[in-house]
Amino acid sequence: MSMYNQTAAPPVSRERAAYLQKRKRKKYMIRTVQVSMVIILLALWEILADIGVIDSFIMSQPSRMVKTLLHLSENGLLTHLGVTCAETLVGFLLGTMLGVGLAVLLWWSKTLSCICEPFLVVLNALPKIALGPVFIVWVGAGVQAIIVMALAISLIVTVLEMLNGFLSTDEETITMVRTFGADRRQVFTKVVMPSNLHTLFHSMKVNIGLSLVGVIAGEFLVSKAGLGYLIVYGGQVFKLDLVMTSVVILAVVAALLYQSVVIAERAVTRKISHRN
Amino acid sequence: MEEILTVDRISQTYQAENGELTALDDISFTVKKGEFVSIVGPSGCGKSTLLSIVAGMIRPTYGRVLLQGEPIEGISPHIGYMLQRDNLLEWRNIYRNVVLGLEIRKKLTKENEEYVQGLLKAYGLWEFRDKYPSQLSGGMRQRAALIRTLAVKPDIFLLDEAFSALDYQTRLAVTDDVRRILKLEQKTTLMVTHDIAESISMSDRIIVLSRRPAHISRIMEIPFDNPELTPLQRREQHPFQEYFNTIWRELDVHV
Repeated sequence: MSMYNQTAAPPVSRERAAYLQKRKRKKYMIRTVQVSMVIILLALWEILADIGVIDSFIMSQPSRMVKTLLHLSENGLLTHLGVTCAETLVGFLLGTMLGVGLAVLLWWSKTLSCICEPFLVVLNALPKIALGPVFIVWVGAGVQAIIVMALAISLIVTVLEMLNGFLSTDEETITMVRTFGADRRQVFTKVVMPSNLHTLFHSMKVNIGLSLVGVIAGEFLVSKAGLGYLIVYGGQVFKLDLVMTSVVILAVVAALLYQSVVIAERAVTRKISHRN
Repeated sequence: MEEILTVDRISQTYQAENGELTALDDISFTVKKGEFVSIVGPSGCGKSTLLSIVAGMIRPTYGRVLLQGEPIEGISPHIGYMLQRDNLLEWRNIYRNVVLGLEIRKKLTKENEEYVQGLLKAYGLWEFRDKYPSQLSGGMRQRAALIRTLAVKPDIFLLDEAFSALDYQTRLAVTDDVRRILKLEQKTTLMVTHDIAESISMSDRIIVLSRRPAHISRIMEIPFDNPELTPLQRREQHPFQEYFNTIWRELDVHV
């Protein structure tokens, strides 16, 4: 937002008012459709389960999921939620920091990045979940293996994304600071990093999701707690209420985590960048 | 006037996968203190390469460059370089942009800051020091970029197709502005351009380069009756067209 918005609002023309009205209406329309879709789906699910068209034992039912949610403390959902969130955050932070660090290293040395390129490409394409059993053997069955899984899934993507951003920094701006005698470190801190803040946040947005994927996959393989554990366990003992509730919670968690990165980005951007 | 810059038999050959390419062929000239010299030549003739060599950013295959008698090896602190765009950093305000060079050279002393503040006041950017580049006009931005270079007190200014990113009208105004400031600050300037009119409007002397491999095809003095004319005023003077035609023909011969 620019500072000019604080000045007194100019009188609004009739065309402008109509335009604003139209935009507002469209926005409301989209919101209404979105909310109605969810309500209709839930209602259908509830009714069809009630009249027996779908089997609530296999499909669960919204009302039963609400009941499960209300008994959070008894069935330990809260603890499981906490475990999953903690693992995801650790994986996310490690993935982002190591990823950015490695990207800086590869940016620094062109030779190194040339050497590493084919390996990075292969590692990026490899489904990291396939390495799950290997991680368990290496670091032991437990939280460590889950975090390594989350790390493995988010790391390479971060490296590639950040390196790509670093390398596409405007050449002329780099030349400008070099004419002032800037060394490689100064080129990085004064130009390359600040002009790649958006890349960093974009990468973080992708990472938070990937880290959650890694944690759930890890929990499927080896865990005593967490939403992934709960989902596997619930499936095995046919407690579909628990499975479905966990999935819904997972969706909410994913959205909240993503949103918190967006909020952080907005705060930092407002403070640092002044593009319009 | 004493000679501040000597370019001594510079040749530049590029090695590429598909062979060798000679960009510059035996270029020699000198620039005197306080002089404004332009280098014009057909596009792709190696003008910018020549400027990069003078700046110490590229090492020439043969020859050497002397700045006040000292050979240039590596990027010299005595040189101020200006590129096509202003390259102001959008995340820094104007003040922090103009002290960037000093910051990089670790010379952000009180004395130097006062010098920069003086420049900002003298050239009408003081009120804008807390603004960000996106809030300034193209001309103002160019002026900020100029002050950023002036701040490190270079002995010689190198302009590499500077202003060519601006639209034509802004460019004319900025040319006037920059020439005036450089004159006031008594700076020696070496400019590379493909714009013949621009070079005549600003320069004391013009070096005309041939097509690649570039050699000097002519060095022209550009005298006007009144030395105080601004670039825009020069464009209206009688000899302007004559100089233009001479350089045009000089370039044409080799096309």
